[in-house]
Amino acid sequence: MDSDIRIDAETKAPPAPVFAPPPAVAHPALLEFEKPLLRIQQDIAMLEVEQSQTGRDHSAEIRQQQARLVAKTKRLYSNLTAWETVLVARHAQRPLITDHIRNIVQDFCELHGDRGFGDDRAMVTGFGRIGGHKVMIVGHNKGKDTKERLICNFGCAHPEGYRKALRKMKLAEKFHLPVVCMIDTQGAYPGIGSEERGISQAIAVNMMEMSRLRVPIVCVVIGEGGSGGALGIGVGDRVAVFQNAFYSVISAEGCAAILWKTADQRERAAEALKFTARDLKRMEIIDDILPEPLGGAHRNPMEASRTLEKYLTETLSELSRPRIDTVVKRRYERFRQIASFFNDPSSDADKPLSRKRGGVGQAFARVRRIASTDPVEIPDLSS
Amino acid sequence: MVQKRDVPAGVWDNCQHCGHMVYLKEVEENLHCCPECGHHRRIDARTRIEHLVDPGSFDELYADLSPADPLKFKDRIPYRERLKEVQQATGERDAVVVGRAFIRGRAVILAVMNPSFIMASMGAVVGEKITRAIERAMEEDLPLVAVTASGGARMQEGMVSLMQMAKTSAALARFDDAKGLYIVVATDPTTAGVAASFASLGDVILAEPGAMIGFAGPRVIKNTIKTELPENFQTAEFMMQKGFVDRIVKRQDLRREIARIIDYCGK
Repeated sequence: MDSDIRIDAETKAPPAPVFAPPPAVAHPALLEFEKPLLRIQQDIAMLEVEQSQTGRDHSAEIRQQQARLVAKTKRLYSNLTAWETVLVARHAQRPLITDHIRNIVQDFCELHGDRGFGDDRAMVTGFGRIGGHKVMIVGHNKGKDTKERLICNFGCAHPEGYRKALRKMKLAEKFHLPVVCMIDTQGAYPGIGSEERGISQAIAVNMMEMSRLRVPIVCVVIGEGGSGGALGIGVGDRVAVFQNAFYSVISAEGCAAILWKTADQRERAAEALKFTARDLKRMEIIDDILPEPLGGAHRNPMEASRTLEKYLTETLSELSRPRIDTVVKRRYERFRQIASFFNDPSSDADKPLSRKRGGVGQAFARVRRIASTDPVEIPDLSS
Repeated sequence: MVQKRDVPAGVWDNCQHCGHMVYLKEVEENLHCCPECGHHRRIDARTRIEHLVDPGSFDELYADLSPADPLKFKDRIPYRERLKEVQQATGERDAVVVGRAFIRGRAVILAVMNPSFIMASMGAVVGEKITRAIERAMEEDLPLVAVTASGGARMQEGMVSLMQMAKTSAALARFDDAKGLYIVVATDPTTAGVAASFASLGDVILAEPGAMIGFAGPRVIKNTIKTELPENFQTAEFMMQKGFVDRIVKRQDLRREIARIIDYCGK
């Protein structure tokens, strides 16, 4: 049987139901904090039913209610707490890598296996075309329904998943194809096999090799960015996070359990960890935030995919212009300078970047990034 | 038989491993290993350096780097206060000590993590000092020796700490390109974010006997898979058997083994 995920644009047969995502869902399952929307949705439904049954014209009222629904959704979503963001990022109908591939990748050619141990279904890899660019796509797959989720361990990859990803990235390097990584995982799989086969080593090696891979790499967190499991395919020239996605060193639940000694404090932990796209952008840990459709990507997966397509197309074009040496050098500098939040009294506080090599040494308030712009000219202050 | 209550505190102790009553002075002279069963106790960075380098040869680098509080993190107590407490208790600014030293006459850049400092978790200072150590080793064409021990990334610094994994790994890629020699000595416990970055990227990876080495915490694994974990799971011995550690080396042999590897690699 064809075990490929049915996202191939040329597949004639309708996709197997397992992988067929629902089309744009009118009213996806409501999250706890979205409950205020329910009343309005019910009102609209009732008016529609009444209209069709009695023939009376309620269109004005319906329009009014719909406007209320939009306004309310806007209000809810303009002010999400960190924990609510987590709920949106984990929404069961949030578009997954398979949706994005189906929506925006032409001629997807899936490639399986790590040539060593097996084919980890938590990691999807393959050739594809995005907006005219031939690319290698690598990303976590959480699975659409129970059956698929079990096959892909809910997007938690084993070492062979990370090695599969690296093998395909090396293949891309050999034939000069840029790499697109879609990150969506709670984290690497915590299990016996995972440890036995060296999950630590697999993630470490991926980061090391990605930092020097001689093709452009664009990473996008499309849902959950879970710790080392995310970073294992997360070293790139650009790192973007969808508006309602997040990227964290530990889950809010895990953090609460360790620091507060109770999982009940997950909302506080979520707030404290500052892992939303906005926070990360402010700390210059990520480069870009991709806007989502009103009410989250799950309310209009196609629109979310289009945003992703536009971002990838533009970014890949931008990264294709400089020489690859320059791209790799800037990528290195990006990660060399990243997250330099510490105090270094020995560096002169007046100097924005104190020394030419390794001299990051600035207090965090004056952290600078040289990632996505031309290399910053470092003034030679020694003379 | 010595009566416990007659003994001044801190003279005798039970070995956590074999349970034997051991004379602490003897343990200390034995490089903090149990004289009965050989159990390697955790030691702080300064003690480790004393064990490892030629007397008086350690020249500390980047000592004045200190942690900031980028997230203004507060759990039950604010991160700032936690730091102050630990800094006072340990006399260290953060969880790694870096310097230039000689080991049996061979010059090295040495980085030693300190399990007494918030379980040597990695935040921005640890990441930066490790990265600078790598760069220094590259500049001076010296071998780099990292004695690792860590509970992982420092949660209180959020994504700032996670990014140190990428930063150190990227620096090691350059060191590797420059044909630098990097020796890891994994000690108890080398886990999570540190295990999944610079501790797993050594050209040669040594480990102390019995050291815990792993990615996910055993409790997390147990809760996920709901079965008992194999005996010796996530130990140095287990990791060597699975192919991720090159040699298990007793503490008393570390100096000799490191020197030997440096000589083989011609550094």
